[in-house]
Amino acid sequence: MGLVLLCVIWLITIASTYFFVAKTWWLPHGVSAAAAGIDHQFAITFVIMGVVFVAAQMTLGYLVWKYRANGSSGRAGYSHGNTKLEIIWTTLTVILFIGLNLIGSPIWAAERFRPAVDGATRVEVTGMQFAWYFRYPGPDGRFGATRPELEDASAGGEGALGLDAKDPFSKDDVITGVMEVPVNREVEVILRAHDVIHSFFVPSLRFKQDAVPGLAIHMHFTPVETGDYEIACAELCGLGHYKMHGIVKVVSQSEFDQWLAAREADKQ
Amino acid sequence: MVAQELHGHAAPQGFIRKYVFSLDHKIIGLQYYFLALSAVFVGMFLSLLMRIHLIWPTASLPIVGQINPETYLTLLTMHGTIMVFFVLTTAPQGGFGNYFLPIQIGAPDMAFPVLNMLSFWTTFLAYMVMLSAFFVTGGAPLHGWTGYAPLSALKSSGPGEGLGADLWIISIGVFCIASLMGALNFITTTLDMRARGMTLMRMPLTCWSWFITAILGLLAFGVLLSAGILLLMDRNMGTSFFLPLGTINGQLTGHKGGSPLLWQHLFWFFGHPEVYIAILPGMGVASQVLSTFSRKPIFGYRAMVYAMLAIGLLGFMVWGHHMFMSGMSPYTAFAFSIMTMAIGVPSAIKTFNWLGTLWGGRIRFTAPMLFAIGFVSLFVSGGLSGPFLAQPVLDIQLHDTYFVPAHFHLIMGVAAIFGIFAATYYWFPKMFGRMMNESLARWHFWFSFVGTYAIFMPMHYLGMAGHPRRYSQLTEVAYLRPLIPLQRFITFAAFITIAGQLIFLFNLFWSMRKGKKASDNPWEATTLEWTTATPPPHDNFGGVTPVVHNGPYEYSVPGAPRDYVMQTDPAVVAVH
Repeated sequence: MGLVLLCVIWLITIASTYFFVAKTWWLPHGVSAAAAGIDHQFAITFVIMGVVFVAAQMTLGYLVWKYRANGSSGRAGYSHGNTKLEIIWTTLTVILFIGLNLIGSPIWAAERFRPAVDGATRVEVTGMQFAWYFRYPGPDGRFGATRPELEDASAGGEGALGLDAKDPFSKDDVITGVMEVPVNREVEVILRAHDVIHSFFVPSLRFKQDAVPGLAIHMHFTPVETGDYEIACAELCGLGHYKMHGIVKVVSQSEFDQWLAAREADKQ
Repeated sequence: MVAQELHGHAAPQGFIRKYVFSLDHKIIGLQYYFLALSAVFVGMFLSLLMRIHLIWPTASLPIVGQINPETYLTLLTMHGTIMVFFVLTTAPQGGFGNYFLPIQIGAPDMAFPVLNMLSFWTTFLAYMVMLSAFFVTGGAPLHGWTGYAPLSALKSSGPGEGLGADLWIISIGVFCIASLMGALNFITTTLDMRARGMTLMRMPLTCWSWFITAILGLLAFGVLLSAGILLLMDRNMGTSFFLPLGTINGQLTGHKGGSPLLWQHLFWFFGHPEVYIAILPGMGVASQVLSTFSRKPIFGYRAMVYAMLAIGLLGFMVWGHHMFMSGMSPYTAFAFSIMTMAIGVPSAIKTFNWLGTLWGGRIRFTAPMLFAIGFVSLFVSGGLSGPFLAQPVLDIQLHDTYFVPAHFHLIMGVAAIFGIFAATYYWFPKMFGRMMNESLARWHFWFSFVGTYAIFMPMHYLGMAGHPRRYSQLTEVAYLRPLIPLQRFITFAAFITIAGQLIFLFNLFWSMRKGKKASDNPWEATTLEWTTATPPPHDNFGGVTPVVHNGPYEYSVPGAPRDYVMQTDPAVVAVH
């Protein structure tokens, strides 16, 4: 029985570890400036936890085989423990876990402790059951007012956001269903939600932030590769949660300018 | 300890007083156990339907018919709620704690038998209210077991958010009241009802785990109860605790000024300690069983006690790690993250000590021992994904993906369930006077152990690939489609694992009638429950009160006549 347990525990450990190490399924290729740091921290954590995982499971398997009762007489070793060992492994885990945390903290701080830089592309992202809307402030650089009582999802676009047409700043606001942003320039996103909590999750950009009714959450990211990247809502928001997706389209600055100008022209 | 002498109540006669509205902690323990047993099969059935729907979204099933996206969310909500409250909170604490805490500390009953009866029947009421949510107009709620507002606070946010959601909240509120009563009883019993010589540091680690769990329950359930009342008021009385100015389906909600994050703070202030409420008794049982069947004292008894106390204390300071992506201040994330990493330390101490207990032992591979070894393995696997999720910077990628269900199912779900299985196989002889069938138990173990890994290990891979949780269909988001084969594998693994649980069910009921007769101490164990008759008499020790001379795990004492010294035996002096 001890041998079977050893084999099963070891096999499970090897199989589980294989798919991690072979990266059969892994984080998608990162396309934002933050991805390198996040992936690096993931890798460090993965290596440390992986070593501990393999060591602990292998030891467990080994011990149950090695110390199986084998019918011969004789007793188990009598020991109530070893204080020195307790102190050693407690200290080691403190150093390991807290140290790991401290290594990762600067990356978090860089991502979240500062506001977006001046000159970032500003996009307001609004989640509602079950769609994302994106708003650009237009040439005046200011978002027009929105009012909940004006919201009409069936009207789409401006109606869905409840844009107040009387506000002069709203005249040049562009509202789209696809989020187009220029590459290699910071994007400031202002996250809002109308009804329930949604979460703006773009795995390739290593970006996630809940959009909460009543809050306007300012975040930023810098895409570094052009392409189309999928948004998947990551907070349960109701029956259509699974289909609340969208696209972040990262293009060159000139392409972006043309696209925005064309949207602006459509509006006039 | 004086309380004991004033305590006794006569054995009841009629069926109703003896088995239904019983004051006997042993009967109440069994009542809790069977409630949890029914709940675990309901919860498991719901998860089976979920797994089927994910792979065959258009399949029409007997009885339930075709599952649509909102039904999937209903299944998910009720699966989580029933499992967390009516299984993981109920079986280890209400079931085994009730049955064995008094016996293991040498008491004739719990401190407050009437309160004990009330807490069971209140739990039963909560369970009935929860199940009734399936049958009302609109069905059960779809807001997930975490019930995030505003989704849970607005009746028009989706099907099931009407009466079904009200019943869900009421059920949880009633459950909180029951758990508060239970917690008071456990704490008082542990502090006041111990037999002579049963010092705190001679208590079995199971008793320590039930005691600490009760303290956590006392502090946590009150908060959830309050939060539930506020939520109910937001829904039905026009208040706005959790609701800001907003719309639903384009209509103004009529609320303003509330905060959706307030719900999350209150919920997780309960919710994180709840994780430890589920797993601590499992740790206690694992320690007890590993020591018994390694024939060795537990390695580092004091360290084990301090580690559980540390886990209990830190457990109240880490709730914010569920909220790194919620819009909470990024500075607080910093503090919550450090505290969360710190809680890994006592968890690691426990693992080391379990391995240290096995080291140099003479291991007997009984059914409870297999599940205790499985518990350690699962605890390690589930525990080590914790430091990923504890780091806010990694949560950017992993939060609300399948990585999270992978983590918590391994550590608080299945590890705790393995604790319950270990406890069942270990104490069944004492509870029913018969042994469970060992070969069936082994089959049950292999199905459960391998199956669990086959189900939950791949979920880590899904999470890393960015697969969000709680998606009822996998075909809408393009990058999820290549992951469907992995989802299919998980579903097949679930089929097999669930089939394995039927072996357990059969073994349980078959052994009650047909199992081999058990002696008073079939495992040659040391704690007080093994000193009394099988099953124990109404007052547990047949009119005598045990006197304790030894620690709980004196195995293989050099020079002792047998390889185990019971707690009531004359004090041991080890001859080296």
